[in-house]
Amino acid sequence: MSLELINLWYIVAAALFIFGLKQLGSPATAVRGNLLSSVGMFIAVVVTLFSREIIEFQWIAASAAVGAVIGAFAAQRIAMTSMPEMVALFNGSGGVASLLVGWAALYTGTVAPQEIAGVAVEVPMAGVSTFTVVTILLSILIGGITFSGSLIAWGKLSEIMTSRAIVFGAQRLVNALILIALVVCGVMFTLEPSLSSPYLYAVIGLALVFGVMAVIPIGGADMPVVISLLNSYSGLAACAAGFAINNNILIVAGSLVGAAGIILTNIMCKAMNRSLANVLFSGFGAVKTATKVEGEVKPINTEDAFLILEAASSVTFVPGYGMAVAQAQHVVRELGELLEDNGADVTYAIHPVAGRMPGHMNVLLAEANVPYDQLVEMEEINPRIDNIDVAVVIGANDVVNPAAREDENSPIYGMPIINVDSARTVFVLKRSMASGFSGVDNPLFFGENTRMLFGDAKESISSVIAEFKG
Amino acid sequence: MEAVFLAFVLMLSIFLGFELISKVPATLHTPLMSGANAISGITLVGAITSAGVGSNEMATILGSLAVAFATINVVGGYMVTNRMLSMFKKKDTSDSAGGAS
Repeated sequence: MSLELINLWYIVAAALFIFGLKQLGSPATAVRGNLLSSVGMFIAVVVTLFSREIIEFQWIAASAAVGAVIGAFAAQRIAMTSMPEMVALFNGSGGVASLLVGWAALYTGTVAPQEIAGVAVEVPMAGVSTFTVVTILLSILIGGITFSGSLIAWGKLSEIMTSRAIVFGAQRLVNALILIALVVCGVMFTLEPSLSSPYLYAVIGLALVFGVMAVIPIGGADMPVVISLLNSYSGLAACAAGFAINNNILIVAGSLVGAAGIILTNIMCKAMNRSLANVLFSGFGAVKTATKVEGEVKPINTEDAFLILEAASSVTFVPGYGMAVAQAQHVVRELGELLEDNGADVTYAIHPVAGRMPGHMNVLLAEANVPYDQLVEMEEINPRIDNIDVAVVIGANDVVNPAAREDENSPIYGMPIINVDSARTVFVLKRSMASGFSGVDNPLFFGENTRMLFGDAKESISSVIAEFKG
Repeated sequence: MEAVFLAFVLMLSIFLGFELISKVPATLHTPLMSGANAISGITLVGAITSAGVGSNEMATILGSLAVAFATINVVGGYMVTNRMLSMFKKKDTSDSAGGAS
């Protein structure tokens, strides 16, 4: 197939990606959107294989088979609770793929025969323009950072390593030195591009180190921001690889992904009332200590909880990552159904940073068969939370912490929260009286209308369900 | 001129991306991300070119590795996105099937 024809097909593929993303605008059309997008990918890959340049297929076939098996296996076996880890790993593999494509572009770049000492030798790189060299370096750089950063993010999410922020004294200095070294090596390589240049390997190595350094100082609670950002990087890396090999479909698709990641990053930052710089460069809660709140906790048993719920005409569940840890989403849905049969209006209010990645709670609840029209966003529930009879907080802490509104000393001050304390009654399901992820005290627990239901969330809800049925 | 043309494509698609993605509801942000993972597997196209040209051994090795990684993204990304999106159901659909997996 000629290059013109291939590019025409790339336009079709790009259009399919765009339509696919457009149909992600509603859960009703999203499945079709994903299918359209995958058809676009299929077209792009197939026409590339028909390109005249491609003469060797065995390696492509073997590698693609390996990748497809791993991808398919992972996609089918992964538990929905572990989606953040999986997305982190996928970001990483996208990053390393771009790094490798950029690197390989150095070898496949215009090979110009030159005469050296009277003998015609093929000198790779001789015909490569400075612009191409810079874009190759960019794709290696962004790809490398994405790869190692994603591996660290994965390690933190899967708790293979500590999820706390790792900070040490000279961190900024070290990072600055790495950055300077990166720029110097990049410039040196651009001035004298050669395949055996030590600067090339230095750039690859430093990019990997920089990715590690960029993610280790970020605490577990900020992981949604980091995954979104790395998602964006994996797109930008594809974009840079597109420039390196002069391929417009890589640029279009890569920048769509880049934009998606940036938008999500922005939403996550807003939902925590923090700037991106603040998330990336400061360990969480290092400076401020919240005013200690003191008060009396009013516990409740499942029998009384049942009586209150039975009388309620509107109930909203506010889930957090703790619900996923307790695997309580299925019993929550069952309780929700019983309450509906009992005549109550049931909703699930989801804070943008609940869970460990954007939209994580929604997926977990959808998996438990909660209809998506019952999932409501923070902006939607807050104006009418005064009229909610019972708000049931399951495994969430910071996202319902009134200190974010009232206590200027709180590290989460200014963060928008779901105002469950304004509901007529609040049930907080909690294992015991320990503070949440960020270690701040939560005045909600001492609220006049708050009742604490201690114990494992799944067991507590199961016993309430038993009361309903009994 | 080629570079300018590519930059032009980049600029337009970034704007388009922002327009499109900002309309995706919060409910679908996780599938959006895994779907984006799949799309970023477009590097596969570049990887195939590097691996298949056959002019240089090193390019074949690097390209083939890139093919493997990018295929993980493409296949895994689309499949897991599809799996997630199929779970989102409207009210009144039968839920007797159970959602355990």
